[in-house]
Amino acid sequence: MRRGLDRPLLVIVGLLLLFGVLTLYSAGQTDVPTAATGAWKRQLVWCTAGLIVLFVASRTSPRLLEWGAPALYGFSLLLLVLTLVIGTGTGTAAGTKSWITIGGHRLGQPSELAKLALILMLARYLSGRRSAPQTLRELIPPGLLAGVPFLLVMAQPDLGSAIVFVGIFFAMLFWAGTPGRLLFLTASPVISLLLAFNTTIWGAWMVGLLVLLLFWRPYAIEAVTVYVVNSAMGAVAIPLWKRLAPYQQNRLLTFLNPEVDPQNAGYQAIQSKNAIGSGGWLGHGFTEGPQKRLAFLPEQYTDFIFSVVGEELGFIGVAIALGLFLALFFALVRVARRATDPFSSLVTFGVLGLLFTHVFENVGMTVNVMPITGIPLPFFSYGGSFLLSCCLAVGLAVRVARDSRLAGYAE
Amino acid sequence: MSEFHSHRLEHRATQARAVLALAFLVLLGAFFRAQVLEHERFRLRAESNRLREIPLAAPRGALLDRHGEVIADNIPGYTVRILAVSADSLRAVLDRIAALVPVDSTLRARALERFRRTPYQPAIVFADASFETVSRLEEHRPSLTGLVIQAEPKRHYPDAQAVAHLVGYVGEVTERELEQKRFPGARLGTIVGRLGLEQEYDSVLRGRAGVRYVEINARGRLVREDGAPALAPEAGRPLRTTVDLALQRYVDSLWTADAPGVRGALVALTPKGEILALYSAPSYDPNLFIGGIAAEDWRRLTTDSARPMMNRAIQAMYNPASPFKLAIAAMGMKRNLVTLRSRMPIPCTGGIQVGNRYFRCWKREGHGSLDLEGAVAQSCNVYFYQLGMRLGVNALLEEGGAMGFAQRSGVDLENEIQPIYPTSTAYFDRRYTPRGWSARSVELNFSIGQGENTQSLINMAAFYQAMSSGGKVGPPYLVRPREAHVRDLGLTAEQLAGLRLAMVQVVQRGTARASAQQEFQLAGKTGTAQNPFGKDHGWFLGFGPADDPEIIVGAIMEFAEHGSSVAPYVAKVVRRYLVGPEPAGETRPIRLPGIEVDSAPRVLELGPTPRVVEAPPRESVYTPWLPPPVP
Repeated sequence: MRRGLDRPLLVIVGLLLLFGVLTLYSAGQTDVPTAATGAWKRQLVWCTAGLIVLFVASRTSPRLLEWGAPALYGFSLLLLVLTLVIGTGTGTAAGTKSWITIGGHRLGQPSELAKLALILMLARYLSGRRSAPQTLRELIPPGLLAGVPFLLVMAQPDLGSAIVFVGIFFAMLFWAGTPGRLLFLTASPVISLLLAFNTTIWGAWMVGLLVLLLFWRPYAIEAVTVYVVNSAMGAVAIPLWKRLAPYQQNRLLTFLNPEVDPQNAGYQAIQSKNAIGSGGWLGHGFTEGPQKRLAFLPEQYTDFIFSVVGEELGFIGVAIALGLFLALFFALVRVARRATDPFSSLVTFGVLGLLFTHVFENVGMTVNVMPITGIPLPFFSYGGSFLLSCCLAVGLAVRVARDSRLAGYAE
Repeated sequence: MSEFHSHRLEHRATQARAVLALAFLVLLGAFFRAQVLEHERFRLRAESNRLREIPLAAPRGALLDRHGEVIADNIPGYTVRILAVSADSLRAVLDRIAALVPVDSTLRARALERFRRTPYQPAIVFADASFETVSRLEEHRPSLTGLVIQAEPKRHYPDAQAVAHLVGYVGEVTERELEQKRFPGARLGTIVGRLGLEQEYDSVLRGRAGVRYVEINARGRLVREDGAPALAPEAGRPLRTTVDLALQRYVDSLWTADAPGVRGALVALTPKGEILALYSAPSYDPNLFIGGIAAEDWRRLTTDSARPMMNRAIQAMYNPASPFKLAIAAMGMKRNLVTLRSRMPIPCTGGIQVGNRYFRCWKREGHGSLDLEGAVAQSCNVYFYQLGMRLGVNALLEEGGAMGFAQRSGVDLENEIQPIYPTSTAYFDRRYTPRGWSARSVELNFSIGQGENTQSLINMAAFYQAMSSGGKVGPPYLVRPREAHVRDLGLTAEQLAGLRLAMVQVVQRGTARASAQQEFQLAGKTGTAQNPFGKDHGWFLGFGPADDPEIIVGAIMEFAEHGSSVAPYVAKVVRRYLVGPEPAGETRPIRLPGIEVDSAPRVLELGPTPRVVEAPPRESVYTPWLPPPVP
């Protein structure tokens, strides 16, 4: 076992876990005790469990995973449906149905399992093909594989997790070799939806899209479909907006301008940025952040834990944390690049897509680069099922790295 | 699968690394901007997030009388404020407070209103809480989020109603006053002076409020009290006034004991114009206003038909009546139309025929032939009718204006009323059209102090102040005169001495002879102001000792019928000042004829009180100034 160990990957993950637990400890150091106070101790237990899961995952053959992927995928879909029926919410997201609770014990969020199942299922499907998808028609099967869990999670409703499915989907299609223009055309309806709020910009977008379609020359029927779907998106954008729940509307609006409603929807965005901005170069010092201490920071131990890093350790601390994440992703790219087989390679890149979406969205929302969606930060945010699923994902990558080393792909 | 050839994978890995690096650069850039470039802005915002400013009231300067006795000072009080993060949480805390101590609904509404205006400042709930309230709240502090209790100096007037109209009171500045910048340096919540000396000298007395900071958490709970260094409040400066507090108290006790329920006013001043006492009845307790007046008290004060809030010494106007005859005599002397020994062609037979009308003297059987001295002593109307006609309307109006009857006295008190006294006949032309009035009727009316001539007590007192001294005086004042104008009667010392002699005769053998004193000579003039709404008002203005006046006292009592019933009060006040307190047991109560003495203020069925004209606001900008101590 020792011979195939990818030391850099493990060291980076170890450092991230350590950084995470320390930050979580600090997040609990408030003047008036909050739910966060003892969280770091429980998180230590989860870390231990996570390391065991990581070890077990790294001992699991990719072949077994490839074989079991459809069953796991089906099971996760079943759980998602079940969640919609008997699910419960928690904390600030009490209005949603994201958790499966049995006898008062929350067993976890099925969407975490579904993310991993989707990675395996997409890897199996894409690696089983003779070549990468070249037409939009060929994207329909993988689109369905990702679309079904996406819609089920959206129905909870949990926009943050749903976006992760999209991230995984595009990352894996890219790694499978799908041409960039195809990915662009696939994503175009979403862009159309977002631009539809300004008629002039949307008009320009539709003209530009027409030019691109003429230039790339896909099949006529596909070109027409893309164009029709784009037009339709533009048409339904406003009615769709009106159907969004007010809190969702507010979150999107306050992303554009947090001062719209500083006491409610914009509160988190403003307080988080205040805390981070007041950190300066070096921050207020570990456990010393006044905004956190005085509980101005919202959700400082789950979704907004990165604001604690920003306030207490300053820009330097933020750069170190982001540097660790970037190192992790580069390591994952390396592992995926050297994998022994397409399935393993795709799984590794899917894990990268999963983690990256989480990190970018979560860190981005603390500085108002991304809209606020309840999405945790890997290795930092408090929460058992998410930590386990991250460790499991990393465990898969460790296994892939080991296989490639044992196969002779060594420096 | 061809896409997984090594070189194709390497190509995509490079692309992936580029995208990842770019994404992290975007994030890092956002953090750099927030933490390095805009650090200062967010640092300030974070500070203001957790620090709350609590104003520290400055102790107001004490008001002292001429001997250094305290008219107004400060005693320890408590304010109770709530720091709230939202109106809802403030409401919740108020509910919890209401369960412990009574909170009336207006207090509640006021606290919420304050929060709406300044959400980052603690909202005052009780501006003057009792010790019991404070200790009850202190006991339950854990459940009262954001509770701030501060010991603060509060205004106290030991003599309460005896000095009310002199000092005014204090209260929170209103939003409108802030807009008008009426109190420079005041902010929302600042206590400023209202009426009287408190308002006039507010900028000296107020001082400057300090500030301290407390640190709160997101729920509004106080975390640290000494969050940041505080700016210490700067106490207001004490102000020494010309008032003789003992005399002021005496006036109040005299009035409440001998003339309860009688409306009126009394002022006492020195020949230099220093006001020794200024009293208006009915009075009120200015301490009621400290910490915000209770709604019930406010209603009582403002709806009382006797109008206790009106300062009758400066805000009420009455016909000057007979005391004005001295002004007519002065005019006649100034124009060299009469001397003290001049007699008028027609003796008094109880009246005089002018044109087709018969004008009566107050004495039906007549006074016979009198010289000026006798006419003043007996207050003979017939004599003054003739003198008025001899002066003519133009002289009457001009000289009256020159003697200061058309202007305010200039006393340093807010809201002094503007007297009515036309200075030219244009006034009558405008008012009645040129053919609608006759010069003769004006002459006859003005010569006995009636007609379009209404004066405040302070303005009449200022005239008698001039009569008692060299005929040339500045305005009366409490700290220093408001206006610099000089009232010049234009009489020689001899003429003045003659008129003073005539006023001695008023007391010696004239209309006020009951008030003659043994220890000193009192001089003065009685008067009866015609009141179309009920019994006439009584005037008496006098001074003593007559040969070398030290004190001038003027008084008006509404519905007193005649000045002779007012004279004893004035005599007592002069005596008190010149001779000192009477030995115990020798005080004789004075009975006012014609007034049923009630213990309670009467509900008015006698008609409206004199009309009050709001004085236009004047700029009151003074440099802080303290008068030299009076020896």
